[in-house]
Parts: sequence; structure tokens; C-alpha cells
Amino acid sequence: MTDTPLLKVSGVSKFYGSRIGCKGVSFDLWPGEVLAIVGESGSGKTTLLNCLSTRLIPTTGSVEYRMRDGNFRDLYHMGEAERRFLMRTDWGFVHQNPVDGLRMTVSAGANVGERLMAIGDRHYGKIRETASDWLARVEISTDRIDDQPRAFSGGMRQRLQIARNLVTHPRLVFMDEPTGGLDVSVQARLLDLVRGLVNDLGLSAIVVTHDLAVARLLSHRMMVMKDGHVIEHGLTDRVLDDPREPYTQLLVSSILQV
Amino acid sequence: MYVAVKGGEAAINNAHELLADRRRGDRSLPSVTIGQIIEQLGLAVDRVMAEASLYDRALAALAVRQSRGDLIEAIFLLRAYRTTLPRFGASVPLDTATMKVERRISATYKDLPGGQLLGPTFDYTHRLLDPSLLTDEPVDEPKRKDASDERIMRVSDILAHEGLIEPDGEFPADHLAGDLTREPMEFPMSRDLRLQALARGDEGFLLALGYSTQRGYGRNHPFVGEIRIGEVEVEMEVAELGFAVSLGRIRVTECQMVNQFKGSSKAPPQFTRGYGLVFGQSERKAMSMSLVDRALRAEELGEDITAPAQDEEFVISHSDNVQATGFVEHLKLPHYVDFQAELALVRKMRADIEAARNSGKDLQEAAE
Amino acid sequence: MTDLATYNFAYLDEQTKRMIRRAILKAIAIPGYQVPFASREMPMPYGWGTGGVQVTASIIGPEDVLKVIDQGADDTTNAVSIRAFFQKVANVAVTTHTKDATIIQTRHRIPEQKLAEGQILVYQVPIPEPLRFLEPRETETRKMHALEEYGLMHVKLYEDIAHNGRISKTYAYPVKVAGRYVMDPSPTPKFDNPKMHLSEALQLFGAGREKRIYAVPPYTEVVSLDFEDYPFEIQKFEQPCALCGAEGVYLDEVVLDDKGGRMFVCSDTDHCEERREHGHAGAMLAPSKEAAE
Repeated sequence: MTDTPLLKVSGVSKFYGSRIGCKGVSFDLWPGEVLAIVGESGSGKTTLLNCLSTRLIPTTGSVEYRMRDGNFRDLYHMGEAERRFLMRTDWGFVHQNPVDGLRMTVSAGANVGERLMAIGDRHYGKIRETASDWLARVEISTDRIDDQPRAFSGGMRQRLQIARNLVTHPRLVFMDEPTGGLDVSVQARLLDLVRGLVNDLGLSAIVVTHDLAVARLLSHRMMVMKDGHVIEHGLTDRVLDDPREPYTQLLVSSILQV
Repeated sequence: MYVAVKGGEAAINNAHELLADRRRGDRSLPSVTIGQIIEQLGLAVDRVMAEASLYDRALAALAVRQSRGDLIEAIFLLRAYRTTLPRFGASVPLDTATMKVERRISATYKDLPGGQLLGPTFDYTHRLLDPSLLTDEPVDEPKRKDASDERIMRVSDILAHEGLIEPDGEFPADHLAGDLTREPMEFPMSRDLRLQALARGDEGFLLALGYSTQRGYGRNHPFVGEIRIGEVEVEMEVAELGFAVSLGRIRVTECQMVNQFKGSSKAPPQFTRGYGLVFGQSERKAMSMSLVDRALRAEELGEDITAPAQDEEFVISHSDNVQATGFVEHLKLPHYVDFQAELALVRKMRADIEAARNSGKDLQEAAE
Repeated sequence: MTDLATYNFAYLDEQTKRMIRRAILKAIAIPGYQVPFASREMPMPYGWGTGGVQVTASIIGPEDVLKVIDQGADDTTNAVSIRAFFQKVANVAVTTHTKDATIIQTRHRIPEQKLAEGQILVYQVPIPEPLRFLEPRETETRKMHALEEYGLMHVKLYEDIAHNGRISKTYAYPVKVAGRYVMDPSPTPKFDNPKMHLSEALQLFGAGREKRIYAVPPYTEVVSLDFEDYPFEIQKFEQPCALCGAEGVYLDEVVLDDKGGRMFVCSDTDHCEERREHGHAGAMLAPSKEAAE
């Protein structure tokens, strides 16, 4: 890790009319760090994730991102062209439902290759080779390269979505309940895979989850949200083993009882 | 010996002659007159005027006759004429509260000032074929109410007194009504342009979309606040005069749909409205239009867009029957150059597969 | 009964022509960019060349010589009909000879004879948006053009190769114009794509129903999209034209009987006739003389 953060978030709030989506969120994210945002549904964690990834524009606040040239840029003051370019090169976004993040009617190879073609790769053979490598890395048999994700299981689709995002070597990946719709055994395998990839690639990631086990396995730090506010924030082990807020204690104990 | 096809011109001329012959039909029968079409097929004439956006009964009747009763063809004929007409300007907004109503009904009130007036409606006729129409039986004169100049208030005004219904649109005073026949169309559209597109839109298409909202695809809880049919004055401001002068009267059908609305982050709880206004008498069209207008306001009112009727690009891009019929029917134009290219490709791909299969066989044989 | 008005020269009123000319000028200034214009209702159906007709009507003058082709032929019914329309409303000279025409309106082909400076080729376009079948939404495709996000187009080509071993698009093959905009060349066979590149003639594209005009100015780069290892290729025909013996031209397949008998002849009828006048003869013409004896 370097001594400069990758992402600087200050005072991000989002209101829907008079209803609070999230309020006054500030934190720094460091290179190679995985941050989990946990909370129940309706706690504002997805709103926050959408604000951070510029899929939503917050009511107030700013988010600065350190570009590859080392300069910080305020995301909300970037042009749409630049923002979209960032999103398909230096960032990834893994949706809870892979259908939202994949093109279901084009082959797995093209799903992975799309970002490469978008940034100008024009050699079919090389694109295919890279796609094939990535399928292997996410444990999808390379003989499925010409199959459409429609023919894939939920776990395979999710792994394909991850490969599609990582092919351009992004530095920051957003994940929205990445194991949400999957069976428990499939979840475990996916989490292992994600943890391995994050370590190997030195990725930074922001993971939204309601599942404390996911947070424990993947994240270095975590934030607990309730009613749009961050009520507790600290190293994952510390928060889970020694929760300070009564609400966090409740969350942790309810998990332990299960 | 092959002779290239020639004589496209002669073929076209012959086709036109045959068409004229079929249009006239049996010469021993009298030809139908424009006056007869206007008087006896009035609703066909109304539909042609409405979807051609040109209020001229005689030309619409001519178009109906020329098209042999194919109404979309008639609409097309009238539109192609309309497009060559100069545009002088825009009228002041019609004041339908001053309409000389022939029909006026509300489903939201049992009775209301001005009363419920059924007018010339099919609604309560039993749909039994009437043998008396096979011959030219005399028809009684209808009963008429004494004409009064009473202004019949609109149902929307009644609700507006209590502030329960959204006000009329919020365009600034200097807003010029758009015209999609003169300006390039772009999405998203403002509501005036959308209403124009719907008013010209195909009755059947809008009917189906309106129906789909009732069946749950973009449900918006409609009540017929009011339908009124009658004549209304068209006025235009003349710059030199400084006041509006009357250009004449036209018959229109207006439908104000009142929709339940729970409120959202963008608007308080109140009744909202869908609006329909059509040349001539066409309740089906005006009602469908108001349902679809309301559905298309989903984004403005902060509702989720989940159904086709709420999708502006989908609805407006496909509602025009002249565009639709042209493009569907253009498939019968020759496409043989492109088809040739496809033919060659399919042959080549089949040859490749065949070759691959044979070479596979060879290998197998060689191995044996 | 209302008196039906007489129509202006070339049907459209002068205001409308000016509006369309402004759109054309803008299109020429931004090669390959689709300029929205307020397309008029025309007296022929949408999809039958209303865009091309409006473009032609806006640029044609009394001195022009017009050629109209459909599928490469001057005598296909729709070409005849459009040519007759301009004879009627503009009373202009018409020709079938490519080299004599100042304006050539076309559907689905580019003439075989190289066009020269000063000529204008007007294409009739059904669907101007090359991204339409990848992304149905206009708001989204306009954004993709604006941001030059054309990755999806290559995804389509990638899929073709993955499934068919080659790019299987045979007509309306997408091109990149002047290194910037991806453009649909209208449903001409890809055989004609190379003719667009650095053409001396001005190329104008009119889509009436979709209300778009775009252009390729003379001497502009037009590159067909492809992959380095799967380069763009045009169709090749195994035999020459059966009537005029021409090679390296686009051929139509003519079915002669119901037993699989067929012949291949020039799709560009003017080109074929001219060659025959100059004494060229294909396989079908030469032996037929003997057979007649």
C-alpha cells in the first residue's frame, strides 16, 4: 500500500425528496484495500454504492479518485465521456444479478472481450486468447467460450461477470451483493475465487453485503450502515469481534445464533 | 435466351389502370359521391382527418373514395397533401369549456352542472344487424334541445376548486407549441409534442396500448373524468390586430382521464390527468390517447417505467401508421441484391461444413 | 371543393428545401454523423425512398440530369416510379447512363463505373443507425456515437467469427467515416463498400421515416470495420457476367428453369448494356447466336 488513498469520499449525502438515502458519508479507500459496507436492506448501502460509482449523483458531497497519472479528479465534475471511459477501463462493477452485468445473448468470449474491443483491440485471435485465459482464471472451462451465459448456472454467470470486469485490469471494483442469489456451497467457492483474485491483482474493492460472513472473508475494513448513516467503521476483525454500537452487536449476535 | 426484364414503366401504368377500374367497380351502379361519404360515412372521414392532422371533410372524403375505403391509405393521401401546405402560425389554445356540446358524459359524478348528455352514441345500441338499412327507409328527425350558450364547466375545473387535481401543464407563457411535422423529433420529448404524436397516432395501436395499461402493464387507475364531443371555435392572434379572430368552428372529441396518484418524491398526492383530443368524433381514440398520455408521464411523476405504454421511445416511434405501413410494406420491394449476397454466404458456409465433414471422413478412412 | 394547389418545382416548397439543405451542409461538415431533420410526408410510402427523394428534391435544379436505380437497375419498378416522379414535378432530364448523370439516386447499389467529381450519389436509407440492432434505444445510440463507444459493434463481428468462422455480414456492412463516426452504408452489398472510400463524388444519405440525413464528402476515408486477423473482404463471383463477360462486378443470379439452371448477370444494367454496345459478350450471348442458326 502507498501513502496516498485511491478514493477520497467526503460528506456524501443523497436525499429522495425528504427521505434520506444516505447521509454524510466520508472515508478514504487505499490501494489494495477491500471495504465492506454492511447493513439491512433499506439501510442505504446500495444508494451509497451507486453514488460512489457515479451511477447516481448525490445531493451533496464529493468523491475524488486518483487517476493512473497520479492526479485526483472529482468524479462528479467529470464529463460523461470521461466517466464512462473510467467505468469500462479502470473500474469494474459486479451486479448482484449477473443478468444486469452481462450480455445474455452474446457468447462468454465476447462478454469478456467486449471491454478490450471497446478500448481498441482489433486482433480477434488475441482477444479470444485473453478471454480464454480469463475464463480459466474464473474456473470456467474454456470449451464454453462460445456458449451464451443463458446456458450457464448462476455461479458460472457470476464468475463470468467478474472476468468481464477484470479483463482490463481495473484498479477499483464495486460489488453489489456479489453472492446474493447463490446457493451456500456456490457462495463459498465464489468467495474463495474473489479473494484470490483481489490478492493476486492487488485490487481495491468496495463490497456491499448484508452477509457478515462475506464481509469477514473478503474485507479488510467495514462500515455498518443504518437508516442512511454510517454508525460504525473500523477494521473488519475489530468490528466483528468487538462491536461497539448496540445495533452492530445485535447484527453480529444474530449471525452467531444462526 | 435470357432477356432482361424491361418495361417497368408500362407495368406500372397498367397497374394504375386496373386500380382505377377496381376502385370504380361495377359501372352499372351509381358512383358514391363525396357528399354521401361525408354524410353517411362521417366517422371514417373523422378518422382520416384526425390521423392525417388536417381538418377538411371534403378532402378527407375524397381520400376515402380514392383509397377504396382503405383508411390508412386515405390518411396517407391527405398527409402527403397537408405537407405541401404553408403554415401560417398556431391558433390560441382551444377553450373546450365553451364547446357547443353534443355529447358530454362523466363517470366520476352521478350528476353535475350541465348534466350528462348521451348524444349520438353506439353505447346502448344492441349490436343487431338492422335489416331496415338494406333499403333506404326514411329516418325520423331527432329531438333537439334548444340551443343555449350556457358554458358547461369541465369536470377538471370542479376538482381543481378543491386543489385535488394537478393544474394544467406548466409551460412558460412564451412557450411555442412544438410541431413534429416541422422540426426534427428528438427524445425525450416535451408533452406538447408527445400529445401531437398521439393525436396523429394510429387508433388501433393506441387502443391496444391503452388496453395494456388496464391489464396491468403500467397500470394507472383511470376514471373517465369527462368526455365531450362538439364544436369549438378556433381563434388565432393576428399580430397587427392585437386580438384573436375566429377562424371557424371544428368538431372535436376531448377526453380527460382522472388518475389516482399516491404521490411521489416529485409530486404530492393528488389526482393526475391523462389527456386526449381528437378531430371529429372518436371517443375510442380520445380515451386511448388519454390513457397512453398518462402512462407516458411516468417519468415526470416519478413512477417506475416497466411497461411498453410507459416507454416514450417505443410508443412514439411506432404510433404513426403511415410510417409503419410504409416500412412494413417496403419489404415487397426488390431486395435481390442483398438476398444474392446472403445466398452466396449460405452456400459458402454449407460448402465449408461439407468439406470439413469429408476431410474428417478421409482421416478416419486413412486411420483404418 | 378545394382547389388542389399546384406543386412547387421538385414538389417540396422552398422553405423545406432550405431546411433540408441546411441539414445536408451540416452532414457534410461532420462526415458520417446522422443529422436529424424534419422529414416531410412524401407522396410515396415511408420505406420506399422518401429520404432519398427529399434529398434529391432539395438539391436538384433544372439543369441537372437524373439517374435512378434500384438493385443496380434503371428499370426496376420503384426506380421507374421515382424517376417518373421527378420528371413530373421537376421536368428534369433523366438518363440511364451513369457517366451522364449529375445526380444518381440509388437503392441497394453503387454503380460499377467510377463516379467523378461533381456527381452526387443519393442513397435511400431504411435504418440509418448502424447500432440499432445492438441497442434499440435512440437516446442510448446517440450517446454511444457522441462518446465514440463502438465496442459493441466489434462484439457483433467477434460473434460472427466465433460462430461462423468469418464475418457473416454481407450487406449494410458498417464502416468508419473519416476516422470518427461509425456509419451504415445503407443496405448495399459489402461488395460496394470499397467504392465509397475516397470517392470523388459527394455521397448523401437520406432516411425519411427515421428522419436522418448523413453524408460522405468527396475524398473521405471510409473504412469497413474488421479485425487485423480477419480483414474485410468483398464477395467474389466464380464466373463473369453471362451477358457482357464483365469480371469484378456484382452479379445477380437469374433462375432459368426449375431444374437448377441459372445464370449470373450484371446487377448494374447500364454498365452491362454499355459493355455489350462496345462489343463485349458473355457466355450466354456468344453461343446463343450459333444455337439460333
